[in-house]
Amino acid sequence: MTTFRFRHALTALAIAALLLPATAQVVAQSKGTIKIASQSPLSGGQAALGEGIKLGAQLAVEKLKGNLEKMGYKVEFVPFDDQAKPDVGVANAKNIISDKDIMAVIGHLNSGVAIPSSEVYKEVNVVMISPANTNPVVTDRGYPNVNRVCGRDDVQGVVGSEFAHGTMKVKSAAIVHDKTQYGQSIAEFFKADAEKKGIKVVAFEGTEEKSNFDPILTPIKAKNPDVIYFGGIYDQGAPFFKQAREKGIKAKFMGPDGMDSSDLTKIAGKSVVGMNYTSAAGPASALPKAKAFVDEFKKKFGKNPEPYAAEAYDAATIAIKAIEEAAKGGKKVTREDVSTAVRKAKLSGITGEIAFDSKGDRLKAQYFVLTVVSDDPAKWGDNKIVKQLTIAPPAAKK
Amino acid sequence: MDVDLLIGIFPQVLLDGITLGFMYALIALGYTMVYGVLEFINFAHSEIFILGSFVGAEVLLGLQARGAVEAWSPFLLVLVALLVGMLASGLLAAGVERVAYRPLRNAPRLIPLISAIGVSFFLQDAIRLFESLWRNAFNIVYPPMDVMNERFELTPTIDISVKSLVVIGASLLMLWGLHSLVNRTKIGKAIRAVAEDQAAASLMGINVNRMISLTFLIGGAMGGGAGVLFGVQYSLINPYTGFIPGLKAFTAAVLGGIGNIPGAMLGGLVLGILEAFGASYLSLLTGGAFGAEYKDILAFSILILILIFRPKGLLGEVVRERA
Repeated sequence: MTTFRFRHALTALAIAALLLPATAQVVAQSKGTIKIASQSPLSGGQAALGEGIKLGAQLAVEKLKGNLEKMGYKVEFVPFDDQAKPDVGVANAKNIISDKDIMAVIGHLNSGVAIPSSEVYKEVNVVMISPANTNPVVTDRGYPNVNRVCGRDDVQGVVGSEFAHGTMKVKSAAIVHDKTQYGQSIAEFFKADAEKKGIKVVAFEGTEEKSNFDPILTPIKAKNPDVIYFGGIYDQGAPFFKQAREKGIKAKFMGPDGMDSSDLTKIAGKSVVGMNYTSAAGPASALPKAKAFVDEFKKKFGKNPEPYAAEAYDAATIAIKAIEEAAKGGKKVTREDVSTAVRKAKLSGITGEIAFDSKGDRLKAQYFVLTVVSDDPAKWGDNKIVKQLTIAPPAAKK
Repeated sequence: MDVDLLIGIFPQVLLDGITLGFMYALIALGYTMVYGVLEFINFAHSEIFILGSFVGAEVLLGLQARGAVEAWSPFLLVLVALLVGMLASGLLAAGVERVAYRPLRNAPRLIPLISAIGVSFFLQDAIRLFESLWRNAFNIVYPPMDVMNERFELTPTIDISVKSLVVIGASLLMLWGLHSLVNRTKIGKAIRAVAEDQAAASLMGINVNRMISLTFLIGGAMGGGAGVLFGVQYSLINPYTGFIPGLKAFTAAVLGGIGNIPGAMLGGLVLGILEAFGASYLSLLTGGAFGAEYKDILAFSILILILIFRPKGLLGEVVRERA
């Protein structure tokens, strides 16, 4: 008899469990869940930048989800860790497209990861808004769902070589890159334009080495160039520059936006003070509207936003507005509609005015040349802007 | 082609190669000692090497937090880091043997090899987990010690840094110590006896298990010492840094004749010098068509050639098949 009663009690409980939330939340949840994903390296050597992207997007989603919730949606932010590896990014992308609730992806950090992953997003037309991928190929494929809020390397490389030639007055350069889609291509853009301007390129080398740069640096030292340019990311560039100084090389240092992280000075210390780097992401001080964002970010996460966190915030803002647009009039939100709405979006974001051209590039992207001012990683945000440009993307080639 | 440049940088490249070569030689000793005694490759040695590097970094960072980096002589600092790193790696290697290899000692050769690879992955992620919990960091930077970066100028184009001298000096001392231990002491004799024939050694009253543990302890300590020197020399490490140097050191051990201690040294030096020349000269000689990125292919091609024409390695003896 006891077991019988027990079973009754269980059944009653189960029915109650089924009924209660249904009655309580039936209004709020009638339209289901909308998820916004991010993909960036959250672990490994480039996690500092990747984490910034995640937190920037997270902040935007949490702040702006109110409208969608009023419309009856539950809004979730789902971060993915692509580990800066193409295979991991693609595997995550497959999970993303199979989760029908995910309406937009904010990411990636690395062009080499974004390009293969976006091939997967394209299959189901889920929109990707990149805060940081500067390789031209990202948008040159002309996919309707691929957009970016940052500039392009074929412009950024030229900004760098123009600065080297016009402002730094260098006569010769040694160029080293990391052999990735990002690093090698920006190094090539820098090289092509530098040679056009009459700078003598004395070395052009690719290396995947992360610790011992002696054998590359010895010939560079013998050739005594005015500047060394490293096309790559800070976790490799920092030890490279550090060892170059330790080897007694007196050349000036330069790099692209991959160097734009406080970890550069954390690793390389005073070797990189005075180094110039180009970036497609301005420091908060250059963005008048970003101050509130920086304060909010610091308050919530207890640290300064890394470069591209503000871009990620804007990218996520565009995604949310586009989803709202797609949901207007009580329509069912589809990935197709979100994708179309993003391409048409206009936003006065914290990084400036954002609108996309027909291939997904930002009209009027900003480019900066900055100088490292201190070997204290906490002062990375104080780096001096020595040049600031707004340049439209080159027209589609086809 | 700029012949003056090629000749001009030759001594500098040679010096860099020798420094790197000693590092490989130290790591290679771990592979070669274990192989000499047990005839199996301890593929977890890369991680034992990098653990030494992490322990050394933690010691130096800990001392730095207490202000010792400014107060102490940098040579004393490196010595302390080196000893603690060697101890930690030696103990870890002996522990790995006890847990992952000893129970499998009579299993087919393939089984401990797989176990070794498993241990290797486990250790990588264990170090990564620990460092992210402890320091919330992936890359660990050795504290800068200015004296270490000072350079002695031999000629206007050739110089050598204090830390390279420290690396070479410490390596030579460790190699000499090991050589004396194996060839001039009772323990060394016992280790050699176990390598020759475990059953016979045990009949002569040698505790075989203890000697094998000791072999791992010593080989691991050499690897850990190399790890600390690696950190001092190149300053940046992460949990996966050990893999490639470990693989190269393994190559060096095979190149020199695996199981042979002077062979490991020779192999390490040859490989380090080859790598330095490959990376510096390939691009200069081919006008940029092949660059530094091909240095590993060069090193491994030479390994393959050696194995084809002299399979036992440069100094190796033919390993007697056990009955």
